[in-house]
Amino acid sequence: MNVLACVKRVPNTGAKIVLTDDNQRIDASNLGFTMSPHEECAIEEAIQQVEAHGGSAHVLTLGPEDATEQLRTGLAMQADEATLLETDGAEWGPRATADAIANAVRDLADDGTEFDLLLFGTESADAANYQVGVRVARKLGRPCVTGIKSLDVEDGTAIAGREVSGGEEIYEVDLPAVVTVKEGINEPRYASMRAKMQARKQELDHLEPAGAAGGGTFEKVRLEAPETDDSAAEVLGDGPDAVPEIVEVLESEVEVL
Amino acid sequence: MILAFVEHESGLPDEVSLEALSLARSLATAEGTELAAAVFGDEGAALADELGAYGVEEVHHVTHDDLEGYAPEAWGESVAQLADDLEAGTVVVPGTDRGHEVAAHAGATLDAPMAANCVAVDVGDDGAYELERHRWGGSLLEHARLEGERKLVSAAKHEFPVEAADEETDPTVVTFSPSLEAEHLRVRVDRVESGDEEGIPLGEARVVVGGGRGVGGPDDYDQLEELADLLGGTVGASRAAINEGWRPHDDQVGQTGAKISPDIYIACGISGAVQHMVGCKGSETILAINTDPEAAIIQKADWAVVGDLHEVVPELNDAIRERT
Ligand SMILES: Cc1cc2nc3c(=O)[nH]c(=O)nc-3n(C[C@H](O)[C@H](O)[C@H](O)COP(=O)(O)OP(=O)(O)OC[C@H]3O[C@@H](n4cnc5c(N)ncnc54)[C@H](O)[C@@H]3O)c2cc1C
Repeated sequence: MNVLACVKRVPNTGAKIVLTDDNQRIDASNLGFTMSPHEECAIEEAIQQVEAHGGSAHVLTLGPEDATEQLRTGLAMQADEATLLETDGAEWGPRATADAIANAVRDLADDGTEFDLLLFGTESADAANYQVGVRVARKLGRPCVTGIKSLDVEDGTAIAGREVSGGEEIYEVDLPAVVTVKEGINEPRYASMRAKMQARKQELDHLEPAGAAGGGTFEKVRLEAPETDDSAAEVLGDGPDAVPEIVEVLESEVEVL
Repeated sequence: MILAFVEHESGLPDEVSLEALSLARSLATAEGTELAAAVFGDEGAALADELGAYGVEEVHHVTHDDLEGYAPEAWGESVAQLADDLEAGTVVVPGTDRGHEVAAHAGATLDAPMAANCVAVDVGDDGAYELERHRWGGSLLEHARLEGERKLVSAAKHEFPVEAADEETDPTVVTFSPSLEAEHLRVRVDRVESGDEEGIPLGEARVVVGGGRGVGGPDDYDQLEELADLLGGTVGASRAAINEGWRPHDDQVGQTGAKISPDIYIACGISGAVQHMVGCKGSETILAINTDPEAAIIQKADWAVVGDLHEVVPELNDAIRERT
């Protein structure tokens, strides 16, 4: 069984988001980069499914050359191959991205790698458009389940669970299928130092992305960091000496005692 | 025409769907057009009585012999066909798992653009939408332009008020029978397995005691559990604590975890990263216990105690126990 996990490189913002002067992107000059926790889980799931059923696990991203960092994270986790759909760094919208990924899946199939399972995060960490996985599935004519937190594959059928209030909805779909996952579906492994070193040397596949948005327009105008109430907290005290003040707050102000 | 997809439980509309109806109605008013609703399920028609209060003029009850229970692609396909039938310029959905899934499928069928988790939508002079939407779980806003013969928007959860219309309507109920192929019906809920409900769900707790990397290990959560018990609340955690393997992912508060809205969130040994804060910003109040007076959470909290949680929490537990 061949499994493809699709991920997106995003800045690893800390306690405050700072924008560039033109308000077009996050000022990442002092930041590292990462991917969504959902996508780390997608990679882990791809690897686990291949460990259980054989085949090969691939990682793919659409992004600038620097996004090879996220692909190498996947390789270090023991994915077998990685593909970069290399952009010039400009942000791609959800529909063009989906089109480019669907085209890449077709191209990889023409080159001999047919994927039985395509995994995505349910939404990306940054833009969170909630649609790329579904649109890829529809372009390829494959069934799609989203927001999945448990997945088993048995005899060519994916048994996928989604959390709902009070329990779990279970879907059964025939492969090939598309599944978008949420953090919690598994515990992504830590790559060993050795695996990271090896991943650095591994060859990556570079492809030119070909994707069109289609009818209508959805385009970013600018970003805005919303006002937050950063009036410092009232300091109740230092260490255990503050306990009487905490009790007072719980009793009189919040009334939970 | 503005078409709103309304989720319901046995004929009672879901709260987020009612919030989305407020957005849908404001768009209908701005565009001088009518508001229609798309509903699924056996009790769908019963919804009509409820939806009149929100200014819905037509309730389209989607029925099909093979439509039993939730089937994302079939629902999306049906909404798309209905939007075409009604020549609806916009489909509005609630910002829920199903809302997003149905809209994404409808958008794929219609080859139409979709903006998820909107918090404000204005209709420009040229009819294009100038909207604001959540990025990064709500810690960043995107201003965007959305335009098209058909377009889809979702209303971010709890960003729009549930508001009755100035004038109540008496909606007509129309049965809509989509034409569905086998392929639209291949994904459907096969069964629902009930979970083991233990304690109070994080999203509903009045008190949440959160523990982060500062807790230092799995065993020290006992002190936090005890505090939560004393206050009738439940324990949450940061992603750092979950990555360490100290707590299950179900406990995670934040962008990729639970969103909480307690009366008080007591954040112990948590630094206050934006991805954590978007999960707890619905809290009435926040008390931070942290050794670092410069920690970002202290800026964002109402009250702070600067100190070691391992000293503060046990003593607090003792003090509360002594009171009662
Ligand atoms: C896309 C994305 C999504 C994410 N989603 C989430 C999410 O859903 N939820 C989430 O929580 N994080 C999320 N994160 C991770 C987030 O960015 C932070 O890394 C994480 O929240 C940090 O957890 P922490 O505050 O426990 O750890 P740290 O940042 O390491 O902070 C530990 C704090 O404990 C204090 N401390 C240490 N010892 C003590 C002591 N003895 N007593 C009191 N205080 C002490 C320290 O001063 C410090 O402030 C996400 C990240 C990304 C990139």
